Amino acid sequence: MSLRVGLVCPYAWDVPGGVKSHVSDLAITLREHGHDVNVLAPVEEDASLPEWVTDGGRPVAVPYNGSVARLSFGVKATRRVRAWIRGGDFDIVHIHEPLAPSLSVLTCWAARGPLVATWHSSQDRSRVLTAGYYVAQTAMEKLRGSIAVSAEARRTLVGHVGGDAVLIPNGVRVQDFAPDSHDRQRRRELLFLGRIEEPRKGLSVLVEAMPAILDQVPDLTVIVAGPGDIDDVRKDIPERVTRALRFVGAVSDERKQELLREVQVYVAPHTGGESFGIVLVEAMAAGSCVVASDIPAFRHVLEGGRAGRLFTAKDPASLSNAVLSVLADDASRRALVARGHSRAEQYDWDTVVDDVLAVYESVRVDGEKVSEDLRGQALGRFAARTNFIRGRRGGE
Amino acid sequence: MSWWWLLVLVVVIGLFGLYLSMTAGRLDALHKRIDTSELSLDAQLLRRSSIALELATSGLVDPAGAIVLAEAAHAARTAADGEASAQDRAAAESALTQALEATLDEDELAEVRLAPGGAELIEELAASARRVQLSRRFLNDAVRACAQLRRQRMVRTFRLAGHTPWPQAVELDDSIPEALSAA
Repeated sequence: MSLRVGLVCPYAWDVPGGVKSHVSDLAITLREHGHDVNVLAPVEEDASLPEWVTDGGRPVAVPYNGSVARLSFGVKATRRVRAWIRGGDFDIVHIHEPLAPSLSVLTCWAARGPLVATWHSSQDRSRVLTAGYYVAQTAMEKLRGSIAVSAEARRTLVGHVGGDAVLIPNGVRVQDFAPDSHDRQRRRELLFLGRIEEPRKGLSVLVEAMPAILDQVPDLTVIVAGPGDIDDVRKDIPERVTRALRFVGAVSDERKQELLREVQVYVAPHTGGESFGIVLVEAMAAGSCVVASDIPAFRHVLEGGRAGRLFTAKDPASLSNAVLSVLADDASRRALVARGHSRAEQYDWDTVVDDVLAVYESVRVDGEKVSEDLRGQALGRFAARTNFIRGRRGGE
Repeated sequence: MSWWWLLVLVVVIGLFGLYLSMTAGRLDALHKRIDTSELSLDAQLLRRSSIALELATSGLVDPAGAIVLAEAAHAARTAADGEASAQDRAAAESALTQALEATLDEDELAEVRLAPGGAELIEELAASARRVQLSRRFLNDAVRACAQLRRQRMVRTFRLAGHTPWPQAVELDDSIPEALSAA
């Protein structure tokens, strides 16, 4: 059965980000499965907007959740949300990050019917409380089903907000990463991705492992891609290792895909704090061999070492052994790559979307639609009245 | 002086009334959400038992297993007819879960898959079992939120819930048979 699905993204559509790409990938995959999808998102410039995105208003940059987020709110945004719901005729409205002070929370208030939410980030309790207990509670109560993308996000929801969620991990569009070259045509290089001065990403572990690796493979290059102060990081690294490292700075999503397709080995020396490890899945989808620290999230993604090589976290000696072993043995590396590719397919949006559709189906009764909510809320009533008056005056 | 007090009193009473009406609205929405969740869970359970029955009568399962499965599926369907109490229905559905677990092991599923139409049936059964889990989880979440609101003193004192019965969570075994969850 084909559904009319409305997706709400709280963050600006023109700015790259985790939630935005999640919403965009979900929308594209749902459309490929024959569903009619419309996305409501804040938009800076609507010149290059796909026809299935509705402009929710110009975003305003405000500090939120530890960084500057581009959000839409206010009277104008509220009006657009209401018009979108009225005109959308949706079977399901799926709100992302439902408590984000943007189009998401506005939609929670303005809509009734089969509403579903996805919780992305883990937030602390104080933030949830400052969001306003009453607003949060009322919004939450209308959500018929909640999805969490990671165990951490689910814990936040269960522990701090109250409520339950099913776990559906992030998907990866495997075909976007599909390798166009076989292992033997790839450059014999290592790739590191991540903010370079952040200890959790573990660049220093890789640097310490380098001398032992260079002893065996003197001409090896390591591409280090990620934001951060390059000079500051480089000054603490021995001369011999610096020559092997190629810092390329922050890279776009497209460039990241290219890099993952070009190198033989992707190294993830993270020391902890990762809840999922989507980049490992991307690397496997792109056909590079993954060498990663044995933190629980990575162990799970790599099937305990069958889909990629694991080494002891924070242990440079173990890292250099792992890297040398996959570089030296072409056959076993290719076996890991092959296994990794089928592992990545389990995280393909094509598979993940079935779980999302199951949630849609389990919260709605046949023939039910999402409609505008005007009852029980002073704000809702007020808006209804002003719409009525405006209508009598002959519209906007 | 006294009309000032009167004004304050009127405003306070007005605000209080507004608060009560908004809370009543929240409560009403939660009761509606429970109603739809119950309908949805009912539909998913019916779907699961009909596919189980179809599988049992398809001749793809071994005869002994087919009898166990057909009986459990039939009992679940009968319990859904409205005459039975909620507890009886939960018991019948849990029994169906156990019957599925007992009859559909790896070997049995491999056999069924070989037959024409078998793979589709198994996939549908797995999908419906998964949806039962989701529906029940979402229903119990709504029940929890509703009960939480109904325990508030204001809601009890002013009887905002009216005569609506206290929301009941649905407890039943809806685990997916191991062999099936791999499907």
